[in-house]
Amino acid sequence: MSVVTVQLGQCGNQIGFEVFDALYSDSHCPQGLCSKRENEAYQASSKERFFSEEENGVPIARAVLVDMEPKVINQTLSKAAQSGQWKYAQHSCFCQKEGSGNNWAYGYSVHGPRHEESIMNLIQKEVEKCDSLSGFFIIMSMAGGTGSGLGAFVTQNLQDQYSNSLKMNQIIWPYGTGEVIVQNYNSVLTLSHLYRSSDALLVHENDAVHKICAKLMNIKQISFSDINQVLAHQLGSVFQPTYSVEGSCHYRRNPLGDLMENLVPHPEFKMLGIRNIPQMSENSLTYSTFTWAGLLKHLRQMLISNSKMEEGINWQIRPPLPGLPTLGKVSLNRELHFNTSIANLVILRGKDVHSADLGGFKDPALYTSWLEPIDAFNVWKTQRAFSKYEKSAALVSNSQFLLKPLDTIVGKAWNMFASKAYIHQYTKFGIEEEDFLDSFTLLEQIFHLKQLFKKRSQGSLGGAAVWRLPLAQGAILETQD
Amino acid sequence: MTQSVVVQVGQCGNQIGCCFWDLALREHAAVNQQGIYDEAISSFFRNVDTRVVGDGGSISKGKICSLKARAVLIDMEEGVVNEILQGPLRDVFDSKQLITDISGSGNNWAVGHKVFGSLYREQILEKLRKSAEHCDCLQCFFIIHSMGGGTGSGLGTFLLKVLEDEFPEVYRFVTSVYPSAEDDVITSPYNSILAMKELNEHADCVLPIDNQSLFDIISKIDLMVNSGKLGTTIKAKSLVTSSAGAVKKRHQKPFDAMNNIVANLLLNLTSSARFEGSLNMDLNEISMNLVPFPQLHYLVSSLTPLYTLADVNIPTRRLDQMFSDAFSKDHQLIRADPKHSLYLACALMVRGNVQVSDLRRNIERLKPSLRFISWNQEGWKTSLCSVPPVGHSHSLLALANNTCVKPTFMELRDRFTRLYKKKAHLHHYLQIEGMEESCFMEAVSSLSRLIEEYNQLDATKSMPVEDLPRLSIAM
Repeated sequence: MSVVTVQLGQCGNQIGFEVFDALYSDSHCPQGLCSKRENEAYQASSKERFFSEEENGVPIARAVLVDMEPKVINQTLSKAAQSGQWKYAQHSCFCQKEGSGNNWAYGYSVHGPRHEESIMNLIQKEVEKCDSLSGFFIIMSMAGGTGSGLGAFVTQNLQDQYSNSLKMNQIIWPYGTGEVIVQNYNSVLTLSHLYRSSDALLVHENDAVHKICAKLMNIKQISFSDINQVLAHQLGSVFQPTYSVEGSCHYRRNPLGDLMENLVPHPEFKMLGIRNIPQMSENSLTYSTFTWAGLLKHLRQMLISNSKMEEGINWQIRPPLPGLPTLGKVSLNRELHFNTSIANLVILRGKDVHSADLGGFKDPALYTSWLEPIDAFNVWKTQRAFSKYEKSAALVSNSQFLLKPLDTIVGKAWNMFASKAYIHQYTKFGIEEEDFLDSFTLLEQIFHLKQLFKKRSQGSLGGAAVWRLPLAQGAILETQD
Repeated sequence: MTQSVVVQVGQCGNQIGCCFWDLALREHAAVNQQGIYDEAISSFFRNVDTRVVGDGGSISKGKICSLKARAVLIDMEEGVVNEILQGPLRDVFDSKQLITDISGSGNNWAVGHKVFGSLYREQILEKLRKSAEHCDCLQCFFIIHSMGGGTGSGLGTFLLKVLEDEFPEVYRFVTSVYPSAEDDVITSPYNSILAMKELNEHADCVLPIDNQSLFDIISKIDLMVNSGKLGTTIKAKSLVTSSAGAVKKRHQKPFDAMNNIVANLLLNLTSSARFEGSLNMDLNEISMNLVPFPQLHYLVSSLTPLYTLADVNIPTRRLDQMFSDAFSKDHQLIRADPKHSLYLACALMVRGNVQVSDLRRNIERLKPSLRFISWNQEGWKTSLCSVPPVGHSHSLLALANNTCVKPTFMELRDRFTRLYKKKAHLHHYLQIEGMEESCFMEAVSSLSRLIEEYNQLDATKSMPVEDLPRLSIAM
């Protein structure tokens, strides 16, 4: 089944390019570490998902490029064509002359209705090229005007027009210290609208990816290109094929459907994050070897301590122990910072993948009480290595991790809203104060719902408490690497 | 890609405009080596086949034939415009896009606004419509004028209302040269205050400039050039004041150096809209991000670097110096003290090989020393354009919406009051049809209201920054 990608605005298009490039490069990477037959099956599966075929054999990305001004799309098209290996279809672009001016209202209320027909037609054409549609992947930022406003509009349209297909939105959480002054308004409006019309929101925070570039990739002068490449690597490690139940050479057919099934058990909780390990510059890669045990241990701790990368992990944080009173302030602190998950998906790629032990992720302590670990946790595997990493693991999680950033954004937007600053720019284009209030209300509701994460029923796993005690002791004695 | 039209009014406006077009040509010549008429050039220039008589000569693609500025030149005296039309830039201007008269406005706002306004309204409209028709997608009018005289001040602001009525969707960005305290035009306070009212009501965005600041910048540059302090030579082309490499070598006129600074400002302002970069910023984003309330649209600008040293390999430290300089008073185009006032918003428009990590590092570094208003603590708007200006490897334009403009306006009001109390020269104005004392009163109240708005914001300066209580949801 195929995925149709919609790239919106400068951010969406810049990232989209890197994603397709990463997918293509990985598919054609010579160090697959698996049999030729398996590699071919992998390539074919990846190709079916993301590329269609042209007469002269150059794969064409299954994508629709949308921007309200032409510079970025022109750049994106030429970069892809220059690679000589894959490209975008010339007529899959929709472009105007004047951008949205960082104005969500302009993107949503003016550009949206004005260009609805043209954009939906382009998407329809792309859908028709697919034998079978898995769903839509929409790449957009929250801070600007086109990605955010027009992106919200397009997602709503997709919900109306393709109600049976899935929609996953890749949203970029802006840097904390402004890229755009009205980014908090734009983010609040985007999130509230997407929450109603999207099936899953895959979130990437610029601050987090920036740190990965600085600390792990050792890049001195970090450009947006670098950031987008890290992002694309993470997405590739999730979206490239993995085995279906039947085993090797048979790959899963429905990437979006499977992701939703495993990770979004409840429609109120649909914000997902990706963690990836290992992540390093190519130079360092040649000198490193890994074990699955080591990788998974770090990944698990990254999850529960809410760390986005394998450096600077807080090993003090432990899952809370049910049935036992909190011992003093220190333990309480550990529990408060503990990242509870609703659902997790681990994706393993590479050598000896079948020997990996995932017990640590099946621990009920990681999850909320209303879902059994057997339902909350899934694992996908493939022997085929990803992008030159002999072993790599990705973790897609539906957890508490976005509570704090969400709170920050809503708080700042609320402060600004109270002073009515910039509101005249939005009302000019039909977004009134009530619309803002509606958005704030919806997000506060999500926030309160997510607080429920923290309320786990105590003592429900009485028998398990005894079993866990030795483990707890062992955990305290463990030293961090 | 969108287009912009420059409307230069009065002596000052036209002289600055002239420097602007010269610099724009040089910039595009440096970037566009193959002479193809592309979208970047089309933002300010039309491509015309001069062999075709009449209007049909526009060429939208292909090689550059003859570039015509998207400009309308207005002056009520002929001297300045004639000089331009006889000078090296004569082919750049469309002779049909001029409006001139002979007598001048006599440094009288009322003459410029009321007399010439009504006299030339139709002609002005016609020229503007013509220039708009030549645009595929007109986004912005740039008006360049001075506040202290008669034509630029009076007719220039009359123009604003016309533009607002005729082209309501198009932005109006005004570059206004304010009179310094030592201005030799006695009636400049009257003219400025009367013009301010129009700017308050009809401009989207105003970039105030004062001659004294420009003069100080030039003195600073001269000092650097002549002292040979660091032992290395300064690249002549990189002087923000220079016309080195200009269309034709000519004697630099006294105000040329100062006007070049303003020309650089306008080019840098539009660079991210014209050229590519990893984080683009269009002109509509300037207004969106920097104007939190409709009245508060006065932006303090500062440009760096003012010159570049001969060595090209710029280490990070010097890059950071560029950011620090942007917040130093020496680089501002208006006398004001933003660091001791309140920032409502700040935009950093960077050109050249600068990446997002450089931006972030410097914002983190500079933030603690700047005071931002409570509801906009992270009020930064940033843009990265890959194409540097001529003669530099990178540059930075900082635009700040800051309450530090308040003292400037208050001083203006004081100068006005001193003059008005004595009714000095008032009869020159009142004898013009349509002018009454109430016009002056209204203008002063408009300014006072503006000052009061800044006052109210300033009052929040000393208050602690607290989070407001959030919406409580009944679940």
